[in-house]
This record gives sequence, C-alpha cells and structure tokens, in this order.
Amino acid sequence: MALALLALSGCDREERLTRGKPLPETVPASAAAHSRPLDPRAAAYEGNAPAIAQGQQLYAWMNCAGCHSHGGGGMGPALMDDKWLYGGRIDQIAASIKEGRPRGMPAWQGRLTEQQMWQLAAYVRSLSGQVRKDAVSARADEMSNTPPMTQTRREPIEKEAVTP
Amino acid sequence: MTRLVAIFGLMLWLSGCAGVQNALGGDGSEGARFVDLFTFFTIICTIMYLLIVGALLFALSRRRRAAHTVEGRRHHQTSAVVKPVLVGWLALVVVGLTVLTVASFFTDRSNAADARNPALLVKVTANQWWWDVEYSPGDPSKTVRTANEIHLPVGVPVHVRLNSNDVIHSFWVPNLAGKQDLIPGRTTDTYLLARKVGLYRGQCAEFCGVQHTRMALDITVESKADFQRWYAAQLKPAAAPATPLELAGYRYVTTRECSVCHNISGTPAGGQVAPDLSHFASRRSIAAGTLPMGKGNLYGWVADPQSQKPGSHMPTVGLEPDELHSVVAYLERLK
Repeated sequence: MALALLALSGCDREERLTRGKPLPETVPASAAAHSRPLDPRAAAYEGNAPAIAQGQQLYAWMNCAGCHSHGGGGMGPALMDDKWLYGGRIDQIAASIKEGRPRGMPAWQGRLTEQQMWQLAAYVRSLSGQVRKDAVSARADEMSNTPPMTQTRREPIEKEAVTP
Repeated sequence: MTRLVAIFGLMLWLSGCAGVQNALGGDGSEGARFVDLFTFFTIICTIMYLLIVGALLFALSRRRRAAHTVEGRRHHQTSAVVKPVLVGWLALVVVGLTVLTVASFFTDRSNAADARNPALLVKVTANQWWWDVEYSPGDPSKTVRTANEIHLPVGVPVHVRLNSNDVIHSFWVPNLAGKQDLIPGRTTDTYLLARKVGLYRGQCAEFCGVQHTRMALDITVESKADFQRWYAAQLKPAAAPATPLELAGYRYVTTRECSVCHNISGTPAGGQVAPDLSHFASRRSIAAGTLPMGKGNLYGWVADPQSQKPGSHMPTVGLEPDELHSVVAYLERLK
C-alpha cells in the first residue's frame, strides 16, 4: 500500500498551467539574441508535457503545416533539422512566432495569447527532438491519408479506361 | 433491512434521472421502444425470479425425510411430482428466453425502420469539450452551423452523422435514444425521432478528458413551424453592431484573438476550430452547458474561461476592462 502510494506520487511530474500569464511581453529577438539570458518563462514550457500537447493541437489548428509541413518544411523552413535562422532556443522560437519573420512567416501577436505562442514554441522544440521523450505525445495528430486496408472502398473501373 | 436500504438508495439515485436527462423518459421513438422493452424484460425476469425464490422457500420449508438419505437406499425413488415440474420449468425457461430474444429483435428492427427515410441530416462533430453541429452540410446555401445545441422538429426522423476531431466521445441524448460513439477518423451514425416537444439535455458518455463532465448538449424539440423559424434565423448572417460599444466589440472580436478560432458569419472572423458564434446569444448555455446564458456568466466566461472550465481550449486572453465591456456587448447582439 505504502509502496503503491510512493510509486503513484511519482506520477505528478509537472504542473498543468491552464491560465498562463498573458504579461509581460516577450523580449524581441535581435542580432544579439544569442547572448541574451534565457527568458524566465522558458522553464514553465520547455519539456512540459501538457504545454507540448497543447502546442501540437495549435500547430494543426493554426495550419502551421501549410508551410512547415509536419516538421519537414516546404514553403517554409523545416523545423525538425538543426538549422535555425532566427535561433532555436524556446524563447527565440516564441519571438519568431510572435513577431513574424521575413519572407512569409506571419506575426501572431494579438492573434494568439502569449501562453499559446509559448506552447507552440514548446512543441516546435520537440519536432527536432530537443525535449525529453517522455514529455512528447506518442502519436501524431495528423490522420493517416489512407483508410485501413480492410476498409478501402472498391472503386469500379470504367470500361473505356481499361486498356487491353 | 439491507434490501430495504438498497431499494431506497436505488430509488434516490433514479430520482436524479427525472426530467431533461432521463433514460426512461421515452420522449423519442427509439427511447420509447427501449422503455417498453425494458419494462417487458423486467416483468418477465421478475416473474422468473419470484418462481425461483418460491421454489427455494418451498424446498427449505419441507421437512427432511429420513428415508431419503443415501443410507436408506431409497434415494433413487423421487417423488412423482418432481419430473413434470422440472420439465415444465425447462419449457418455461426456453419459451421465456425465446420470447425475450424475439422481442428485442423486433425492437431493433423497428428502430432500423425509422432510419430508412430520414428527412433531415445533422452532422455532429465532437471536440474536447464541445459539440460542433452542422445542418445540411452538403448545400452551402442551406448550411447552418451552430454549437452545443440541436434543434429538432417533432415527429421527423433525423439522421445524425457523427465524427470526432480528437478522442473518442459518445453522443447520448437519454430521453430520445441510446448512445453512439464518435470515433476520430471514422463516421458513425445514429437516428433520432423525437415524439414530444420539449427541452432535453444530451451529454458526452465516454470519458474524454478533464472537462468531460462539462460537455453537454442542449436539445430543443419544437413544432415544425418553430423549427423552420429557427432555421431561417440561423441562416441569416450575424447581426451587425448597433451601438458604439458594440462596434468596438465587433472590431476586437473580428481582428484579434477571438477571430483566429471562432467563426461569425458575414464578418472577417472565420476561424474554424472553435464554436461558431454567428447566433451565439440565442443559445441556452455557454461553453457546452457549463453556464446558463446571461450577462454575468458571459462576462465571467470571456474574462477568464480557465476559472470556469480549467483545461478548456479557450485561453484566458487577459482583456482590459473596456475591451471586455465591448466584447460582451457585441456577443449579446449576436442573437
């Protein structure tokens, strides 16, 4: 009994922040961003499982995949590699989301809350494997693009289309 | 004594089912058939139970006869009554089970018959933790999108097409019909045929996360004329702001955080991932039955959704007081 209690007490890994802190503003990233100390809010989001999961949903809802695909990139840069044009630290990613970046990245300031942008940044960090494996979701949100083999509908082949 | 306490407890528990959310209400065609079937099962099973208990009591009360012991060597000589009673009992069990099977088969068939000619298609998509409702999804000129409420014309068979956007939920309007799961990546179906005009409550019946409790659905069953009136009103674009305060709210809602997730027809707010707000103020409740619709609750919900429904995907935006006043004023305009 005592052992079970002890084991279960280990389950309370982190706190789930439901409200977030809308203020203060994110510090704008600049050329000297790398020398800046890490934003103190990073500790609450970096590697935080609920924040990453929430960011994963926002990634789909805000159609980030439209440009960045599911991390592999397309019209926008890939997010799962080791190249970071504007810094790969969580606060730098949050700043890129907030302020937008040249050549297409829109600014989300005033569209998403600070908390949501940080959650997104936490998820983007996980795309390149920067966070602990036990904090990330075990499955992707996007649907597989084909139904299970057993459920594939039979499409009749039109007669004229069949070549001998 | 224990049984008395148990029965009393059961009655107390069942009394909680009365009214808008009652599995024995029988206000829908399917629900009524199930109530009939349930009553039939209960009667048959009660009779069988009483027969068994009676036989048991009779056996207990019979005096043990010395001649019937193994030592008496006459144990094979059973009473002449026993054999016909046992055969009769066996026949009763066979007939009883057959009757119950046939009854449930015909109930199932009549439910399927209702589903044959649905006059209305409603698409219900479950989300954590709200219901997205779409009428006539095939025809854009007739499509009505709402959330957390379903209006049904009385006596009209309705096809409800079910989907889920995240996890498995279950669609359950106890007064009208049984449960049906909503599964991500699959389409499931259920059919509703409401028999009585009234207000009912639906509820997610499959645990789906922290706010599973606050995932309710307001069902309004009304006459065909009332339904047509409601439908025509829902088809119209959202009401335009009428006062300067409402205009300020309109500007905030359609350009800031709200518009990213919420849709309001006829405005630049076109988000598709949260409840449609086009006719928000005409609904009976806020946030899937979390709060009754009203000015005070609206203020509370918009100012800090996370204190009303922690974990909900509606974030605490941190509106300034003047922004809050104007946003609530505009939302109240959206009848």
